[in-house]
Amino acid sequence: PAALGERERALFGAFLRSLARAPGAARPEGVWQRCFLEGPASLVLCVLLESLGSAGSVRIPGAVGVLEQFLQEGRVSALLWEVCQQQAQAGCPELQDVLINKIVCLPDHVSNKLQGKNPPVFFPQNYFPLLGDAVLQVLEKISDSLRGGLDCSISFVSHVLGKVCIHGRQKEILGVLVPRLTDLTKSDCIWQRICWRLVECVPDRWMEAVVLGFVQRAPGADVLSRLLGNLVVKNKKAQFVVTQKMLLLQYGHTTEVLQNLLGYLSLDSLRRTLLLRVLQELLETWSSSSAVKHSPAEQQLYISKAILICLSHLKEPEIETHRQELLTSMMEGVKCRLDSSLLQQRRLGMVVAESISLKINTEGPVLKFEYEEDDETRELKSLLVQTPSFCNVPSLPDDDDDDLIPYDMSEDKELKIKAPVYIRDCIEVLTGSRTEDVDKWEATVKALESLVRKNPAATREVSVELAKILLHLEEKSSIEGFVELRQRTQVAVLTTDPIPVAKYLTSQFYSLNYSLRQRMDILDVLVLAAQELSCPKFCGKTKHSGAQKPCIQLLQGSDSSKGWRRVVDERIKNKTRRLDKGHCDMELASRPNEFNSVAGYFFFPLIQHFDRPLTTFDLLGEDHLVLGRLAHTLAILMYLAVNTVVRKVLLYRYVRQGLLSCISSLLLSVPTERILADMTEELLETQSWLGGKTWWGTSVLFWLVVKLLCSTSLIVMAAVMSWHCALEICMISK
Amino acid sequence: MHPWNSTVGSASLKLMLKLLPRLFQRRILIEDSMKSKVASLFTALMALPPPDPQFVLRGTSAAVHTLYFSCGGSEPDIPLLYSGSESGFIHVWNLRTHRVDTALDGHGRKSVYCVETMGGKDRLLSQGRDQRICLWDLAEGRTSVTDSVFTEHVGFCRCSLLKVAQGRWLMAMAARSLEEIQILELPSKTSVCTLKPEVGAKLGMPMCLKLWQLSCGSQPVLLAGYEDGSVVLWNVSMGKALSQLVCHQEPVMSLDFDSEKAKGISGSSEKVLSIWSLNEQQNLQVYKTHELVNAGISDITIRPDKKILATAGWDHRIRIFGWKKLKPLAVLDYHTATVHCVSFSDHSNPRERLLAAGSKDQRISVWSIYAQT
Repeated sequence: PAALGERERALFGAFLRSLARAPGAARPEGVWQRCFLEGPASLVLCVLLESLGSAGSVRIPGAVGVLEQFLQEGRVSALLWEVCQQQAQAGCPELQDVLINKIVCLPDHVSNKLQGKNPPVFFPQNYFPLLGDAVLQVLEKISDSLRGGLDCSISFVSHVLGKVCIHGRQKEILGVLVPRLTDLTKSDCIWQRICWRLVECVPDRWMEAVVLGFVQRAPGADVLSRLLGNLVVKNKKAQFVVTQKMLLLQYGHTTEVLQNLLGYLSLDSLRRTLLLRVLQELLETWSSSSAVKHSPAEQQLYISKAILICLSHLKEPEIETHRQELLTSMMEGVKCRLDSSLLQQRRLGMVVAESISLKINTEGPVLKFEYEEDDETRELKSLLVQTPSFCNVPSLPDDDDDDLIPYDMSEDKELKIKAPVYIRDCIEVLTGSRTEDVDKWEATVKALESLVRKNPAATREVSVELAKILLHLEEKSSIEGFVELRQRTQVAVLTTDPIPVAKYLTSQFYSLNYSLRQRMDILDVLVLAAQELSCPKFCGKTKHSGAQKPCIQLLQGSDSSKGWRRVVDERIKNKTRRLDKGHCDMELASRPNEFNSVAGYFFFPLIQHFDRPLTTFDLLGEDHLVLGRLAHTLAILMYLAVNTVVRKVLLYRYVRQGLLSCISSLLLSVPTERILADMTEELLETQSWLGGKTWWGTSVLFWLVVKLLCSTSLIVMAAVMSWHCALEICMISK
Repeated sequence: MHPWNSTVGSASLKLMLKLLPRLFQRRILIEDSMKSKVASLFTALMALPPPDPQFVLRGTSAAVHTLYFSCGGSEPDIPLLYSGSESGFIHVWNLRTHRVDTALDGHGRKSVYCVETMGGKDRLLSQGRDQRICLWDLAEGRTSVTDSVFTEHVGFCRCSLLKVAQGRWLMAMAARSLEEIQILELPSKTSVCTLKPEVGAKLGMPMCLKLWQLSCGSQPVLLAGYEDGSVVLWNVSMGKALSQLVCHQEPVMSLDFDSEKAKGISGSSEKVLSIWSLNEQQNLQVYKTHELVNAGISDITIRPDKKILATAGWDHRIRIFGWKKLKPLAVLDYHTATVHCVSFSDHSNPRERLLAAGSKDQRISVWSIYAQT
């Protein structure tokens, strides 16, 4: 029937009331009952209960029978459904409260009225299951209508459920509801949502009773999780009940209830945080000495059980993060308990401590107490290992390995090879024949540069020896960047003690039995050291531009990194307007050039022999690669010796000779037409210099050669070079 | 990482220190058995620091490469420890006086890397880098080499000795040809067989050998660790490889085998110990691996009672493990250079059992550890 309007309801109510009161003759048997059974159920129920309860008046015969029939024909579910539908259109809350009262208190009401002569259907143990069925029917209708796309309110059913539970009839109603809902929610999301909603809509004042009912009746934690969803996260009251009241304030629940409850908390990531909090609180209580003294033994057992169940649900990472707390609480608790004079208390302490230790300490030592096992300890221990869903439960320790108690192994750390701290030790390691100490050797090679830089005095004592070792140092094991490392160390040695080391290196440059590689190393080291010496110490930090440094080409792989640095610097320079450029230049110019005093030692020995073929080393012949680098090196040394006294001497005496060969080689190597086309001017200048030997000519020529050498491929240049030709050219030009 | 890290350690130590006096004051309430509980609680929480060596033997004046105990004799016999050093000497240490009784020089000052007695402390076998295996007669104060075998092997592979009958031994040794192993009968020196890997097996040199038999009279079997990291099980009487297991990526430096549990362990220059088992079908299978803190194991020995094992590490440390589950038990950090060898004593009284370790630092450390269990 379509929902009635207010006026129709009132009219129909009046009709029913009069019908109920009407004398037997005025109401034809069968027909009037139909009116009640098919009329709007809420109205009918109200009228029927009124007719029972008109105090003092004569009871209307047949009313009880009709009510009985009303219940048996499932009119309650019609009633609930009716209200649910009304509610969807905003029903009247007062009316609903009245109805809820009437529905839930019906057995009491009838029993009062009939003075104990009530038919069995009104007994609570019969009535509430019936109500449960009615609720299920309504839920089914709700499910159907949700599937049909219709919105539906469930809160009236929730209220009824809550009220029933608070009346202490959880057993009856949930005994019907839970098994059925368990089935329905197994693989049906809508049913799960309906079920969650059913519980969520229970008013706070009745929540506890409902949650408790569910927890007690659910056949397992997974079912409970299905039925309640994340209720504890959404509903404060439910959270309080589950995480506080049931665990810390009450202690009469069975172990199964505890397992349900804690299992439920563990089954969802949102709820796991609650589980951890619960565990913390439980442990706090467990380890509080006043709790140990004042709470009954049953409660302590209860809390211990809860702790063990919590532990059984913990995963490895959670244990990892809470190990410290667990340990502290365990220690506190076991202390209080071992203090106790009651055997049971002490044993409880031992069992729990053992279990915690077992759980938090899967690899290392595990606590082991001696006590007599009994049913209680066995039960407690079984709680820790009976979680099928998480299989990483440690097996109980074997007796075999257990009697071997590990020693402290915290000092067992990775072995660090100690690099020597004295330069003389380094020499010992590097020259040592003990080839097996590769690690030490590596550490030494890595540490040597900084040692040299830190201890200039000590370095000077052994500088030449050190330079010799480094020059001959071969890579023993594969160290990343070994060549650069060696070079940096060589540079450090050379800059620390320039004169003897430069003497040594330059003398070695022309001596026998060196590979090209080593000779070029010498050149590179000389250049880098000269650069370092000539550069003000702070030059790394200041903003002097790259244009003022000569372009030093080294053969090492660091070229690329220098390349990008230069590119970046260049870019920055181009895009930056420097307002204080002049100042910067002045500052730079004002530094003393440390290279001044030693430039000679770098330069002169290098050009001593270049034009004379030596037994194994023919610069102007086959070893042209080295010649190229030599010329390059000389150029840079020259540049770096800016403003030095020797510079003049350098120019006067040797440069001419050296440069002549450079030019001659160049002239020979580059095809004639290219030279004429590209460098006519330079050639003319050269000619005039060769003829006139003017001052300016010397320097111009020098720079010219440097430029050419830098820009032309040295290898091609030198490939066809020969001393004879050079000589001839000299003769000709003279 | 030790599970009880240092912060935990200090916290629990404070607690324990608070707790212990209280426990022992209240003797009336606490049964005697409590004390052991407290003791076990204490040791579990505050893992004891590893012990120091029982004593240290100095005076080899060269790196120690091998050790062998002879302590099984009854009372008047003096417990002895033989050590072989890089200088080519074999020192016989008196474990009562902790002094060298005799120094034997039989390997031309070339490193001695294997020493073993043959049925009593008077007959000794030693192997040196002079490519010789010497048999010594030490009875009545004699120090003479009675016989020797020229191995022609240039590596470091220690020979392995197995007593097959009274006065008869089998000895496995790396042979001249790089991949081969030769089995000799001693003292007759007759060659029993030569174990050659299949053509193209590319095992490399044998690095370590372990000759064993399940019970007296049964067929002798050889486990050999090779340069390529594999362990091969050889049937000695048939001269046939039964099973091969690649245990390591680097040469197998040492192995030991427990024939009761049919389980063995091997170490290499890597960071792992490999534990493997031998199934009924004579197949080697990986059982588990154990990660070490530092790389390099030069020697592994399982204690004769098969309860614990010791490893000699390149990281200067001796490590003790429970053999059943390879539970780490202790790290003995005494030496200042690579430990070359570890050896357990054969004391008849288990409480007197010792562990000795020889190192490149020229010292021999002797430990009493887990002797009670």
